[in-house]
Amino acid sequence: MEKTISGQNLSFSEDGYMTDFSAWTEDIAKELAKEENIELTDKHMEVLKFLRKKHEAGDSLSIRSVGKSGIVDIKGLYQLFPGGPLKISSKLAGIPKPTSCV
Amino acid sequence: MKRILIVGGGTAGTMMANKLRKALDAGEWKITVLDKEKTHYYQPGFLFIPFGIYKPADVIKPKSTFIPAGVEMLYEEAEKILPEDNAVQLKNGQQLNYDYLIVATGTSLRPEETPGVKGNLYYKDIFDFYSIEGATALGKKLRSWEGGKLVVVIPELPYKCPVAPLEFIFLAEAYFTEQGIRDKVDLTYVTLMSGAFTKPIASKMLGELLEEKNINVVTDFYTEKVDNEKKQLVSFDERTVDFDILTIVPVNMGSKIIENSGMGDDMGFVPTNKHTLQSEKYENVFVLGDAANLPTSKAGSVAHFAAEILFDNLMHSIEGRPLTASFDGHANCYIETGYGKGALIDFNYDTEPLPGTFPLPGIGPFGLLKNTKINHYGKIMFRWMYWHILLKGKELPVEPLMTMAGKKRNPIDLNK
Ligand SMILES: Cc1cc2nc3c(=O)[nH]c(=O)nc-3n(C[C@H](O)[C@H](O)[C@H](O)COP(=O)(O)OP(=O)(O)OC[C@H]3O[C@@H](n4cnc5c(N)ncnc54)[C@H](O)[C@@H]3O)c2cc1C
Repeated sequence: MEKTISGQNLSFSEDGYMTDFSAWTEDIAKELAKEENIELTDKHMEVLKFLRKKHEAGDSLSIRSVGKSGIVDIKGLYQLFPGGPLKISSKLAGIPKPTSCV
Repeated sequence: MKRILIVGGGTAGTMMANKLRKALDAGEWKITVLDKEKTHYYQPGFLFIPFGIYKPADVIKPKSTFIPAGVEMLYEEAEKILPEDNAVQLKNGQQLNYDYLIVATGTSLRPEETPGVKGNLYYKDIFDFYSIEGATALGKKLRSWEGGKLVVVIPELPYKCPVAPLEFIFLAEAYFTEQGIRDKVDLTYVTLMSGAFTKPIASKMLGELLEEKNINVVTDFYTEKVDNEKKQLVSFDERTVDFDILTIVPVNMGSKIIENSGMGDDMGFVPTNKHTLQSEKYENVFVLGDAANLPTSKAGSVAHFAAEILFDNLMHSIEGRPLTASFDGHANCYIETGYGKGALIDFNYDTEPLPGTFPLPGIGPFGLLKNTKINHYGKIMFRWMYWHILLKGKELPVEPLMTMAGKKRNPIDLNK
């Protein structure tokens, strides 16, 4: 799936996750957030950057790990990204859909 | 003399000790197993205790029964691994040196990680079946229970034996039917996942079974706390589920020793190469069983398949050759569904559980993703195989790596 966002042609997975990690910019995140009806604040952006850093390091991502990051607690994370905090924040952070390995 | 030290003498550690003792010269290699407990629990049997199908005595044996002659067994708690010094520090202050370390410390149950679980209602109305104490207390409660709301909740990932809570609720449904009180019991399955299971085809099959058995399912529910006064589960997004009896899968984390050693991820599991089973950081450290952070199920069957790969790679490493054996994440799990029936799933890192027959294509005798009587016997036989074949490090008539033979890519009618 292709979409043009803030002047860039970007490709997305079937569920709407960016497929090119390096193409991400803060402006793209802001545009994507509009589709989720979220107005991005600095706090949001801090979370997104934290997720990108963890993803780049190859760490597994969980709501719990964001809750322990010192940026925001779990309750706060749900308020920032209502509905599905990890799924939505991952989408806006330009990283793949979180998988729960079972 | 050189030493292989195995920390943790549960399913994984015991299997490895047996395999290694047979293969290595006793004059050259000392093998030591360290465990803080003297009792070996057949954990899959915990599931049956609440319903009186197994008694505690059916799932307990002394660890020493399974440790072969020529292996040193120490009943001590390890405090810390010192990988830079090739040593493990014990709680009693002693240090054990090693040439190779195998970490097999499993998971540790942390009910206290969910606020409100270990309050006034603990083991009165709130139980688990992941420990012998919890399973026994729950059994006692169920015997005199006259009905109400029974809720099963999964508060965190990962947890060992991902199908166990499903099996529990299926068995509970059958139990209450047999007791003649099914109409007085409201069953609810609450999970932080988006479906009954994570892998789509199995999730669909299991979701349909839940529906057929009239079991409510609440998904994407991330538990914040248990409100003891209102007897309610509360999620972070402020949803609630009422209960009379709550059965929780306690938060599973790695053993404290991993945290103490700074060798774990957020949940205390050891970053491990998913193919070679070597620690990501230390060349002479391997990880087997639930302690590893592998992206597959935490299960005895996985530890068994992985053990063969780890064994090969450890031998290669000892001989100074490259680690060529590669694990594929193979898991094989029987799922009890009640009324003497069961389902079976077989999968790995890359292939989700598919329908078909197992282990022989077209013949079985076991049906993959099908609800049959023979699958239930597979589960019952598993206890015998566990004590007599698995722990002793012998080979099962099943290959360690998954095979596509017998599996069907395009799922058809799942109820056949
Ligand atoms: C209810 C239930 C049902 C299950 N059903 C199935 C099933 O049907 N099929 C299946 O394949 N699997 C099943 N499992 C999972 C299976 O039991 C585990 O995956 C398996 O036992 C893992 O083996 P392990 O050796 O990694 O950990 P364990 O067997 O748990 O062993 C870890 C050992 O390490 C020791 N240890 C930990 N820390 C220290 C320390 N600091 N010092 C010294 N010793 C330490 C512990 O005492 C323990 O003996 C089930 C589990 C449960 C709870």
